[in-house]
Order: sequence, then C-alpha cells, then structure tokens
Amino acid sequence: MITFSNLIYRLPGGVAQGLIWGIMALGIYITFRVLNVSDLTVDGSFTTGGAVTIMCILAGVNPILALLISFIVGILTGIATGLIHTKLKIPAILAGILVQFGLYSINLHIMNMSANVSANPDRFNLLISMRNVPNAILIGIIISIVHIIVLYWYFGTEQGSAIRATGNNSNMALAQGINIGNMKVIGFGIGNGIVALAGGLMGQYQGFADINMGRGAIVIGLAAIIIGEVVINFIFKKGCSFYTRLTSVIIGGIIYYAAMVIILWLRIDSNDLKLFTAIIVTIFLAIPNLKVKKGGK
Amino acid sequence: MLKIDNISKTFNPGTINQKVALSNLSLQLEEGDFVTVIGSNGAGKSTMLNAISGSWFVDEGKIFVDDIDVTLMSEYQRARYIGRVFQDPLMGTAADMWIEENLALASRRGKSRGLRVGISRKEREIYYEKLKALNLGLEERLTTKVGLLSGGQRQALTLLMATIQKPKLLLLDEHTAALDPSTAKKVLDLTDQLVNENNLTTLMITHNMQDAIDHGNRLIMMNDGIIILDVRGEEKASLTKEYLIKKFNELSNGTLDNDALLLSK
Repeated sequence: MITFSNLIYRLPGGVAQGLIWGIMALGIYITFRVLNVSDLTVDGSFTTGGAVTIMCILAGVNPILALLISFIVGILTGIATGLIHTKLKIPAILAGILVQFGLYSINLHIMNMSANVSANPDRFNLLISMRNVPNAILIGIIISIVHIIVLYWYFGTEQGSAIRATGNNSNMALAQGINIGNMKVIGFGIGNGIVALAGGLMGQYQGFADINMGRGAIVIGLAAIIIGEVVINFIFKKGCSFYTRLTSVIIGGIIYYAAMVIILWLRIDSNDLKLFTAIIVTIFLAIPNLKVKKGGK
Repeated sequence: MLKIDNISKTFNPGTINQKVALSNLSLQLEEGDFVTVIGSNGAGKSTMLNAISGSWFVDEGKIFVDDIDVTLMSEYQRARYIGRVFQDPLMGTAADMWIEENLALASRRGKSRGLRVGISRKEREIYYEKLKALNLGLEERLTTKVGLLSGGQRQALTLLMATIQKPKLLLLDEHTAALDPSTAKKVLDLTDQLVNENNLTTLMITHNMQDAIDHGNRLIMMNDGIIILDVRGEEKASLTKEYLIKKFNELSNGTLDNDALLLSK
C-alpha cells in the first residue's frame, strides 16, 4: 500500500544502504575522477568483498578484521586490472571487464561454489545488520568519515599528488619523472580495496553474500558521484575543498538510494529500476559535455 | 653534458608511411652550452628532442647525459636529468592542480615519492620567492588552479618547474610558438634569465630565426634528419637572418623554398 508512514518506515534502511554504496563510490571516485579512467573491475570486486567477508565471519573471524581482509583482497583485484592495463597495454575499460569476468569464477570458489552464503545475525557477531538500522547508520557514518580523512591525507602526500598529476595530465607527470604506470596500478588497487570493503559491509548488512550482488555497482557508483557533484555545484558556486568533494560522494550515495526507496514505494516495477538508473546517469554524464559545446569550446 | 652518438630513427619501417626521421645524427653539448635549433618542418628537430627525452627508443646509436647512458632508460627515468617545456602551454602543467602543487611535483622530479606531506610550509616560502622573481604576480596565487592562468603564464610556470630542481639538460620545444609576440618575448627573456642564473645546458628549438640568432651561444640548423650547419661563439654572434636563409637554401639544395618564408617569420 502506498502510505506515507510506509515510506517513513522504509527510508532509514535506504539511508543505511546508501551510506554503503556511497563508501563504494569513494573507491570508484579514485579511478573515475582522480585517475580519469573508468574501472569496470568493481562489479566483480564488490562481490569479492562480500564473499570474503561472509566466509571469514563464518570461519569465526572478527567482523572488522574480515573487512580489512576484504580490503586487501580488493586491492589485489585492482592491481590485476592495473597490471593488465599498464604492462599488457590493454585499454583500461577492457582490462576491468576481463578481471570482473574472471572474478565471477573466483568469487564462486571463495563461496565454496554456492551462489550465495549467509551469516545469520543471531549466530554470528556482525558489525552492522539490517536488524538494527540506527546502529548501521551510525557505523556507516563513522566508516565514511574514516575513509574521507584517510583519502584526504593520502592525496595530499607526495605519492597521492603524483597519482592526481597522472590522472590530470600524464604528459606533465612523465616530464616530472613520475612512473605513471605504477601510479595507475596503485590507484586501481586502492579504489578496488575500498569497493571490496564496501562489499563486505553490504554482505554484513544484508546477512549474506550473493554472486550477483555487485551487478551494476559501477553505475550506482557513478550515479552517487554525479549526484554529489550536482549538489556541491549547486551549493558552492566557486568550487570547494577536497573534503567537501569526498563527502558529496557519500551524500550522493544516500540520495541515490533514498530515491530508489521512493520509487519502490510508488510501486514502480523494481525490474525497471536499472533502466531508470541508466537513463539518469547518462543524462548527468552528458550535461557537462553539452554545456561545453554550447559555449563554443 | 649531452652526447648524441650516431642515432637513427625510422618511423613505420617497412610500410608505405616509412619516414627516416633521424639518420646517423651526432651532437655534443658542453656544460653551459645554450644551443638554438632551426630547420624546416619535418627536419627532425622535435624528433631529436623526443629521442633525448625518451618518448621512444632510437633504432641505433647511443645517448649520454652527463656521461650517463640513457639510451635504454624509460621516459620517466630520464626526467631525473632533463627539464622540458613543450610547445603546447597545456602540456607542461596539471590544469586541475594548484600552482604550488605543480611546483611541488616539479621539485621532486626524479625523486622517490612516498607518504611524506606533498608540500611543506618551508617549500611554500621558496615558491613564493621564485614566483616573485618572474614578475607575473603569480606569487599571490599559490592556491590558484593552473587551468585559470593564461598561456604565457603557464609557459612561464612550466619553465620555472623545469628548472626549479636544476636539470642537467633543459629541452625547449618551440616553447614560445603558441604565444602572442609580446608574451613570447617575455617568456624568452625569462628563459635567458633562468638559463644564465643556473648555468643550464640548453637545447632550444625555434621557428624564429631572429630568436635563434639572439639567444644562446651556438646555433644548429637541421634538414632531413641531419645537422647541416653548426655555428658557435663569435661567428654565431655575427649571423644575420639573410645569411641563414641563403645558407639554408644552399645546404638543403633549395628543395624547401616554401619553408624559407616560414623560417624568416
């Protein structure tokens, strides 16, 4: 039934999931906005993170440690894409698709060849769970803040600056003696590490990992980044700090998922959601390009 | 300081587009030499600079910078010894990063980049002073994105970046060609200033004959991938445009008459 109280009841859960997608979008932000390439590994590495976390928890590993293990495994998937791209000279998009494709089998192996594995919150100690949404929101916010602070610090270091220069102008980076291949591999690694960690959070939140849980992650991440940019461009006409930019990605994730909750509340067929998302992301990605054309540049 | 020993480079070998860009080219620069390079389009000037900076490997021959064999070093490894300014003002700087961030990246040219802070407070003071010496007012805009600067300002900044950590060799690839005449003159004056202050060994390509005569202590003319004229010292100081054009037509067998126009710009 479409009642307002029903929507109010559902929204907090949407916010909690939005936070997790927002954290994942931070990982995509590193490749998409900092390195200026589209990394399609994420659809696979998100699932990898979920699978690794749930399997660790089933094996009795502490849920926070399980997330850290997912983070490291995620870095490895990113490094694989980075090396295929830089050493074998395969375009980044294709390298990502190849790794993502291969990860499907690896993810199944991680989950002992079953399409989904669950960790019952009654029996296992989970960091966050949909059983306790306020707690999930609180922890989601804390993890977001930690990510934003660490990323802000990292991209201010010598190495982080070198990665930014590589993405901004690889010619200039080369002329300054920056090993742009290595910088890309590091960027892909960190990005996918964060994506996998978010996958682990999602696995804990919903209480299971599913072989298809990462499908469309790249599009959701792009949606979060773009929605966040629209918001900050609206509020800060004269540009803003890197802190604000990173925060906007998280907020973009929340807005995206809250919108999904509303659409579902309106009883729109959930099978059409992907089409809506694809159309919205296409429009927002196109707007800057069309504006430039109009300006005659 | 720079020794090019018999290098050759052919692009697209064995295809219909085969082009011999450099053939058995040799050149030696002493420390502090400021060499201007002229020649028609396709003469191999930029190809020579790209061979030195490592955009690709040469087919034959060796390249030494300060007795270090760089022939098989990759481009980013050679950057440790070489400062570069490109023709396109957009190429030498990172547009979305601040002026001070660009300078900090340049100050670490060829050094390992770890997890230390990207710019220290002390560095900022140095950048302030160095920018002040350029007389462009950029010292008050350390946290301005480079993309907001004019082409001339960006070229001046790129020059400073190429020299802020003294390179063994400075390569200037028509770095004033995309600027209007008065800005080009400012950037050239700045080039002289920085080269003299640091006693830099420099190779400067130019399309402007007068600039080639007015700057540096040695002039070389290239055609078809080889050096056809090499003048230095007193003799160079007394060169005239007319003489160079005449010489060019003689040495290149007048095959490229149209380029005389271009060269005498």
